[in-house]
Amino acid sequence: MPEYTGYEGRSLEFLKSNNIVVGDSVKILSDLTYSGIIMPRYEHSDNMHIVLKLNSGYNVGLEIEKIKKVEKNEITRKIIEKKGKIEPTQGLPKILLLSTGGTIASKIDYRTGAVTPILTADELNASVPELAKIANIDAQVLFSEYSENIMPEHWLAVAKKINEFEKSDYSGIIIAHGTDTMHYTSSFLSFSLAGFPIPIVLVGSQRSSDRASSDAALNLIGATKFITTSNPKGVYVVMHLDESDNTIACHLGTRVRKNHTSKRGAFQTIGGSPAFIIAENQIQENFSGDYFKIKEYQPKIKLDTKVALVKYHPGYDPNLLNQIVEMGYRGIIFEGTGLGHIGKTMYESVKKAKGKGIFLGMTSQCIDGRVRMTVYESGRDLLNLGIIPLENMIPEVALVKAMWVIGNYHDSEEIKKIMLQNVASELSD
Amino acid sequence: MSEFSINDVGIKVGLEIHQQLATNKKLFCGCTPIETEEYSIKFQRKLRAAKSELGEYDPAALFEKSKSKSILYFANPESSCLVEQDEEPPHELDVDAKRISLIIASALKSKIFSEIYPMRKTVVDGSNTTGFQRTMLISQGGYLEVDGSKIGIQSICLEEDAAKILGDEGSVRKFGLERLGVPLVEIATEPFEANPKHIKKIALALGRILRSTKKVKRGLGSIRQDVNVSIKDGGGVVIEVKGVQQLEQLEKVVEYEAKRQYGLLKISKKLQGIEWSHNKNEDRKITTEQFKKCKSKIIQNAIKKNQEIVTIVFKNMRGMFGYSPYEGIRLGKEVAELIRFFGLGGVFHSDELPNYGIELNDIENLKEFLKIKNNAAFLILAVPFEMIDIIVDQIISRIYHIRNDGIPIDTRLATQDGETKFLRPRPGAARMYPETDIPPIIISKNELELAQKNIPKSWDESIKELQSIYEINLQLAEQIFDSKYIELFENIIKNTNVNPTFVASILCSTITNLERSGLDSSLLKNDEIRKTFEILEQKKIAKESIEIIFKNIMAGKSDNVEDAMNKMSIETVDETDLEKIIQKIVDENEQLVKNQKERSIGPLMGIAMKELRGKVSGETVNKLLLKNIQKKL
Repeated sequence: MPEYTGYEGRSLEFLKSNNIVVGDSVKILSDLTYSGIIMPRYEHSDNMHIVLKLNSGYNVGLEIEKIKKVEKNEITRKIIEKKGKIEPTQGLPKILLLSTGGTIASKIDYRTGAVTPILTADELNASVPELAKIANIDAQVLFSEYSENIMPEHWLAVAKKINEFEKSDYSGIIIAHGTDTMHYTSSFLSFSLAGFPIPIVLVGSQRSSDRASSDAALNLIGATKFITTSNPKGVYVVMHLDESDNTIACHLGTRVRKNHTSKRGAFQTIGGSPAFIIAENQIQENFSGDYFKIKEYQPKIKLDTKVALVKYHPGYDPNLLNQIVEMGYRGIIFEGTGLGHIGKTMYESVKKAKGKGIFLGMTSQCIDGRVRMTVYESGRDLLNLGIIPLENMIPEVALVKAMWVIGNYHDSEEIKKIMLQNVASELSD
Repeated sequence: MSEFSINDVGIKVGLEIHQQLATNKKLFCGCTPIETEEYSIKFQRKLRAAKSELGEYDPAALFEKSKSKSILYFANPESSCLVEQDEEPPHELDVDAKRISLIIASALKSKIFSEIYPMRKTVVDGSNTTGFQRTMLISQGGYLEVDGSKIGIQSICLEEDAAKILGDEGSVRKFGLERLGVPLVEIATEPFEANPKHIKKIALALGRILRSTKKVKRGLGSIRQDVNVSIKDGGGVVIEVKGVQQLEQLEKVVEYEAKRQYGLLKISKKLQGIEWSHNKNEDRKITTEQFKKCKSKIIQNAIKKNQEIVTIVFKNMRGMFGYSPYEGIRLGKEVAELIRFFGLGGVFHSDELPNYGIELNDIENLKEFLKIKNNAAFLILAVPFEMIDIIVDQIISRIYHIRNDGIPIDTRLATQDGETKFLRPRPGAARMYPETDIPPIIISKNELELAQKNIPKSWDESIKELQSIYEINLQLAEQIFDSKYIELFENIIKNTNVNPTFVASILCSTITNLERSGLDSSLLKNDEIRKTFEILEQKKIAKESIEIIFKNIMAGKSDNVEDAMNKMSIETVDETDLEKIIQKIVDENEQLVKNQKERSIGPLMGIAMKELRGKVSGETVNKLLLKNIQKKL
């Protein structure tokens, strides 16, 4: 831990002039006498206090003005990180655990006082000892980001990394990932790594791993069990099914969405049941058929970020759409209303966009259900304008697919064809 | 065995009070804590041990985990939300709760911190769905005066209450979420030397300061007491005893705990003189076969449940389990409490055998089979196979601790009989973790000043005030102020003309007496009580009716006053009807009247009141009877 984290101006001066740093054990004479350890200070706090962890364990803020004397104790209690190492067991399947960050791999950060991704994959593995009984897990940290900060570059990095293990002896690959954008990443991996020979499983948690009620452990155990018992090819998102700890759901990576801000069971398969459900030692299969519609592994790890996701609403300014076109975007996925509609006011702009050869796809902000634009006049008008209905593809999945397709293909007819072709179960019949 | 006298030894005691606040919301969400038996939501969880901020595991958490319980939670949407289910982060700190805790801290002259950090205190017995309790240190220092001496205040915290235990179903523990999140103020005193009687006074004084703020909840369960006991030669070990329900228990509990601790020191000394160590491979054996024919019911039941009968051998320890330095204090008892805590049936030690169905030949066979020497001791226990090592390790570790370090640092529970029993190992500072979902709370100078201004009158002053305003005596004033009906009392006096002394005595004596006879005062809602006095004022019932009405409602026979009145046929009797009834009674007893003349009023009152009790006041009946008797004569 850096020595003066969070202390600035007056408070930093105070520490320096008293020759103390974060982590030092001190006795402070103020209105009362306080003994404890200097703690880092949260950013966005004032410069008038220092933070002390008392022997009782409570943290308190002490006004610098009121401090009369500071005594440093020689015996300094260092923050100990005990590293556990798990020994591999003969005969168990091998699994690769790649960490990208997220709540599942996080603990308290003193910069903001909030939780940030820090824990190493080894620590994660060691804090869930049950994993060692099911598989021998190799752990690697790819990067450490909260998934709201994950960008398409990160998707590419993950895909390229996984690609390195195409011919490995791993039974499956687990990706520890933030929940906010997990389904975007799972979608990209599904398309760019279509046909990958071993299961790729994304796991997250809604409650940080540093607390006793965290869903992290059970989600990880579920993912490991899933890989070693079912061993299905495909890309899956594994999280709690509901608020109880007894069932874990394994969702198809292109049919899943985060539908609640904070619940354990936030992830839901849209328009169906989760593909597999794990309860105790039983796996219930709700999915038959192949995840990838392509048999041979054909990695296509490229994308074009110039695709926009436009959520239509009453009063949507068509000029916004014009701007998107002007910025050189190559694809627009509409999140229309109902069966796949946008208002008349948009028609002119849509025409302009079509004129520039931009791919226009339609999904619904209802999320669940199938887009069907032949039913109403507005739908038919839009079809006429060249908007392609994307069946029951989830809007975010459609966005990612479009980025992938446009990144790998250039002919607009081909783009259209592949957008409508089921690559990785993103479309259901 | 020696006689233990509390006056001969040095003990230091610290009190910890947990008082629920009378806000209408919980500490970190807007839910109202409603007592309920109806739960429409149910879900299941398991809690895991977690590392603390300093990178260490918490001993209490590891201990609970080794008991591996599954937890079932029940919730009613009226009294809990996703926050209590640990499905949503906490909302902002409730301002009322903050304000009240600042007032309490100011009243106790405690130094309030200008930055307060909510922390997470690890609790993995399931009573908090998150696996921790949210708690923050508001202030340190301060004092209260009791009988002229100053009792120091160590700390004042604002924290959330835990979920309510509903029971156990096998290895599954059940909790209700309605109480989880209710704001509590925890006040801890500095340890002080005192005899148990004085301790009770101090506890009472502290409770009174809280009640005088008028912002704390009253009634059953709204205030809970823990007491920390340490003895002079105990090596600085402080034992926390939780759950002292009544002040009367406090004295007994302190005495018993001091005795237990002194007893352990004596046991420790004796153990030190014995050459003993535990060999994992030789000294613990599965001996189920040897007990297959044993007549002990406990052992037979355990075998039927597929448990193993395990024997632990202790070289050279003969007599140590039964050795009793003071009455009721034995090493055997310490071990038994540990076993019972794991939910197991029992443990037998060699010093008490043969007994309990285990016969001499069982013992002889065992000793031969395991080659146990005569100067050795052994424990026999019934354990499920998968728990054997965990349990035996705990027992051995506890005995080692007592021998090498003296008193084990436990958290204990007060029992009904005024003793203490093992609850869990005392957690260390590794338990505390910053609550990162909530930023630090700044206390402004304005808030401090406002709190100072709102320091309540002292209890003495409040009592004097009640006495003078309502013209009630000291005893009644104390009773009503300490009771949960103080606000109702003031409300009734404000809105009716009923005599305050009468109201106070009904609220204090009458209801309390009915409770003592086994009836339930929670069935008698404040609205109904107020209504009763209003009806009394309208002269629709007599004073004597009130007890009858309350009794009816508290017995669950009626929901409200009107109902009770109907059921007990309490109405006032019409004047002319009354005249007729009295007349009839006098006529029917003409002979008696002629014989005893005016003294016949005695027995005639008996007859009349039997019929008229509650409907007419005794005075009225008496007057009328006298009139009729005189007429007769």
